[in-house]
Amino acid sequence: MKNLLIYLKNYKKECVLAPLFKMLEAIFELLVPLVMASVIDVGIARGDISYIIKMCLIMVLLGVVGLISAVTAQYFSAKAAAGFGTAVRHALFAHIQRLSFSNQDKLGDSTLITRMTSDINQAQSGVNMVLRLFLRSPFIVFGAMIMAFTIDVPSAVIFVVIIPLLSIVVFGVMAVSIPLYKKVQGGLDAVTQSVRENLTGVRVIRAFHLESQERERFCKRTEELTHMQMFVGKISGMLNPVTYVMINAATAYLIYKGALRVDVGVITQGEVVALVNYMGQILVELIKLANLIITVTKAIACGNRIQSVLEVPEGEADVYPAAVDATEKSDDEMVVFSHVGLTYQGAGGESLTDISFTAKKGETIGVIGGTGSGKTSLVHLIPGFYPYTAGSIRIAGRELSDYSKEELRDKIGIVMQKAVLFQGTIRENLCWGKENATEEELMEALKTAQALEVVEKKEGGLDAVVSQGGKNFSGGQKQRLTIARALVRKPEILILDDSASALDFATDAALRQAIAGLKETPTVFIVSQRASSIRYADKILVLEDGELAAVGKHEELLDNCEVYQEIYYSQFPEEKQKGENVHG
Amino acid sequence: MAKNKKQSGTLKKLMRYIRKYTWLIMASLLFAAISAILTLYVPILTGRAIDCIVAAGQVDFQGIFSIIKTMLIVVCITAAAQWLMNVCNNRITYQIVRDMRMDAFAKIEILPLKYLDAHSYGELVSRVIADADQVADGLLMGFTQFFTGIITILGTLCFMVSIHYKIALVVICITPVSLFVASFIAKRTFTMFKRQSETRGEQTALVEEMVANQKVVQAFGREEQVLGRFDEINGRLQKYSLEATFFSSLTNPCTRFVNSLVYTGVGIFGAVSAVMGQISVGQLASFLSYANQYTKPFNEISGVVTELQNALACAGRILDLIEEEPQVPEDKDAAVLHDVRGNVTLEHVDFSYTKEQNLIKDFNLKVLPGQRIAIVGPTGCGKTTLINLLMRFYDVDGGAITVDCEDIRHITRGSLRTSYGMVLQETWLREGTILDNIKMGVSHATREDVIQAAKASHAHSFIKRLPKGYDTWITEDGGGLSQGQKQLLCIARVMLSLPPMLILDEATSSIDTRTELKIQNAFAKMMEGRTSFIVAHRLSTIKEADAILVMKDGHILEQGNHEELLRQNGFYAKLYNSQFTATQRMPEEKNYQ
Repeated sequence: MKNLLIYLKNYKKECVLAPLFKMLEAIFELLVPLVMASVIDVGIARGDISYIIKMCLIMVLLGVVGLISAVTAQYFSAKAAAGFGTAVRHALFAHIQRLSFSNQDKLGDSTLITRMTSDINQAQSGVNMVLRLFLRSPFIVFGAMIMAFTIDVPSAVIFVVIIPLLSIVVFGVMAVSIPLYKKVQGGLDAVTQSVRENLTGVRVIRAFHLESQERERFCKRTEELTHMQMFVGKISGMLNPVTYVMINAATAYLIYKGALRVDVGVITQGEVVALVNYMGQILVELIKLANLIITVTKAIACGNRIQSVLEVPEGEADVYPAAVDATEKSDDEMVVFSHVGLTYQGAGGESLTDISFTAKKGETIGVIGGTGSGKTSLVHLIPGFYPYTAGSIRIAGRELSDYSKEELRDKIGIVMQKAVLFQGTIRENLCWGKENATEEELMEALKTAQALEVVEKKEGGLDAVVSQGGKNFSGGQKQRLTIARALVRKPEILILDDSASALDFATDAALRQAIAGLKETPTVFIVSQRASSIRYADKILVLEDGELAAVGKHEELLDNCEVYQEIYYSQFPEEKQKGENVHG
Repeated sequence: MAKNKKQSGTLKKLMRYIRKYTWLIMASLLFAAISAILTLYVPILTGRAIDCIVAAGQVDFQGIFSIIKTMLIVVCITAAAQWLMNVCNNRITYQIVRDMRMDAFAKIEILPLKYLDAHSYGELVSRVIADADQVADGLLMGFTQFFTGIITILGTLCFMVSIHYKIALVVICITPVSLFVASFIAKRTFTMFKRQSETRGEQTALVEEMVANQKVVQAFGREEQVLGRFDEINGRLQKYSLEATFFSSLTNPCTRFVNSLVYTGVGIFGAVSAVMGQISVGQLASFLSYANQYTKPFNEISGVVTELQNALACAGRILDLIEEEPQVPEDKDAAVLHDVRGNVTLEHVDFSYTKEQNLIKDFNLKVLPGQRIAIVGPTGCGKTTLINLLMRFYDVDGGAITVDCEDIRHITRGSLRTSYGMVLQETWLREGTILDNIKMGVSHATREDVIQAAKASHAHSFIKRLPKGYDTWITEDGGGLSQGQKQLLCIARVMLSLPPMLILDEATSSIDTRTELKIQNAFAKMMEGRTSFIVAHRLSTIKEADAILVMKDGHILEQGNHEELLRQNGFYAKLYNSQFTATQRMPEEKNYQ
């Protein structure tokens, strides 16, 4: 949290002034009982009505000044808090954008979103509360005590006794009940989970006829929750009665002590009233203070969580293994993998092992394998999403590690497995590929991606609205648009990561043909589970458990790669018979 | 009018829950009254004590001692009453919430799927959890607060009037100003808060969109532009947030100021009256402390009213759920299926989800024991609906479905459903260990049984590699498991329970073709002698079926085995030629309509 405070640096003035004005307000509030005391001692005792009116006007004045200083304080603290929140939000968002893929995976989307939203909101309101109340409450508590001392020292001693006692009770009850409340929350979560599971899994639960078992489970959880709630209620319910007794006992003592002092003529009746008033002010503020501490602790916890995200090193230069380039360079090579291995951060073993192949300019490379065989990991190495941990990769004749991220990603158009469109228009989405693309370029890309009809069908054409997550497009439409987006930048390397899965065969084929027919044919990587999609590739990489089972053309693989045969025949069983006939 | 009627109806139903705790409520009210009155009595005692302290040598110690004694007793009783009231309230609220939740849950277990499918789960969960809490907090706490508030106000008035009615009048006249100020600020801030939360929503939407797809943003190098959009919203948020925070934080200082006016007013009038000998200094002190407290119950009550309305709305929602029509109860003499042979017939079945749209009309099908039925057809043709009917998740509108010659409406739901092993495309796992999840249907299964089933479903190899193997804890959405792995677990679950009939609805849609092939073999072994219904898009599964039902718009268009249907050269042949040869997949179908 501490390091977050630098985001308050533009609001130093506000951070000083807010508590200061708050303190002023408290001082004026503390003066009121004294004025009242003199009303009693001077005004009433002497029957001086004009004095009474004068004093009361002073009280109004104190009220007005108090109000003004409070309003000023609130404004400054609101300003500082809003500014703080805005600055942290900006810093965190910018930071998240620069995180490496490994770190993004480690932190997780939902965590980052929570940090960006509710955590920052809580930290912001924490700053606001601290500026407003953190000085006010202690100031009133101790101010009341000091004021009491200015009236009469022996009477005021009771304040010194009662304030720590009250604090112990207030904070003690809270210290005991807060962990209990956490437990209650846990109990409530369990109950909620039961309900949710029985709704989301209703078919399975009913299919297994588990209804009565589930009801028992729910009842048990609910009973537990109720018991916990009543138990915590009993404890936290003690706070008010106990403090009430204490504060009144102190008042009673104060009256007795005051009576003794008045009797010997040290203080006056009005001053006793003032002492009693001060006693009354303490309790309210102590309870406020305790609540404030809870809020602040929460805010600090949120702040620390934000801080820990900010501390994740950003844009760190990915560490690549020293290049031991064994393969010979040739002019028409585009992507060369040489004994490449990949171990994800924090993973136990390698996800890719000893991958070697060469993709020439304009070639189409198919990548196939079962789920979890490493297909996506392999193509993600090319744009440097993750740093490989063994071997070397050469792109267009240069070591991948020599490229800057921008340089590399400018060369590459990638279509990810999950087709993502952003809120906006089709045009805006396509222009992600190239900022200032002309209408013609966009149309060309759409045509190649077989997406022209998608745009033509939508009202508004290129300017048709895309709703959040592209919900107003079907899976196949989204895939074609994301392909067009990648094509707009006319990449040298095009990576299609299972991005035609929702397209029918004819469109899939037309797409591949159109890409092959481009003027400057990019080197294309097609990742797919479908044998038909990669069948005509110049080279097919067959992956199994992160290793390259075989490289070759369709016919070769069908002849001598068992894994490929299994995949292919599982999709084309009738071919299997043919194949067996030929070979048999 | 209608709204009032609905509210009073809700109240009446709510009374059923409250009535059980009548005595506790009476006790709570009694304690509330005691503590409110006694709390008000203390300032009077303090005032009297102060009157005993006049000046040097004029102190009535006798009086002070007896007053202090009374005061201590009163305070102790008050504290005890407060605590007891608290305990009563806790008992009432938490137990009523518990009762409502249990009833609501019991109802969920017997609600027809028609209802559950038509409502969002999130909404139903929030009825059982949040709404129930709101009822407790708002209605019951609101009620006690309201009651205490009224007693306090009336008590204060009585005490004040009994001391000096003119000064009481001052307090009564100035107090509304405080309420007015508070409501004025609340109204103004409402729009500001709305603007703030709207902008926050806008920003959250952007954050969610961009953070979730950060990799795309980086792949296209769009960080700067995205940050620009973010900053624009952020700037607006700063402005609105400042306004909302500032104006809302004015409430406290402003009401405090009005309070100080009341205090001063009492001061002037009280002091003047004291000078004229109408009241004593002690009484003035009592007055002053009343003036300090008087506005508090008003502010509380005004808050309570909105909370009460809100709570009543919440009560309406959860009570509606509790009162919802349950599924048709089982016949008393409903048959329990034993040793199912697997004869399934559908005779003239009519069914539709909505009255306007007929989905299945006059559907007939006869399945012999051990037959394998594949169901194919385009999206929305009624494939999944058929499964809903077979499992009796929905009842037929007309006609009948029988299992072993018994109408399924005369069979207990439990025995009918457990006769089927069902694997759906939409996987569902519960929070717990892998082991628990696999043995969900067979609670007495041993670890060995579970491992055996997992091996049969080819789930064993991936489970083995998990950090804690079969004892790995998984969350509700399956946590780190892939969709395919989740499907494997669901298949293992059915393989363990080995029911006499099977329903597979796109059960292997997320599993790669090689693994699928292996599972198919396991299924094939399992399906030997078991009647099975298979919704599938992959050719291999369909081709080996004993009968293929080609469905379109709720009708069986064609029926026969693969070769027969191809020879017919009808819809199936068309589907086969256009879809299967091309992509090996049928058009994607949603799991439920």
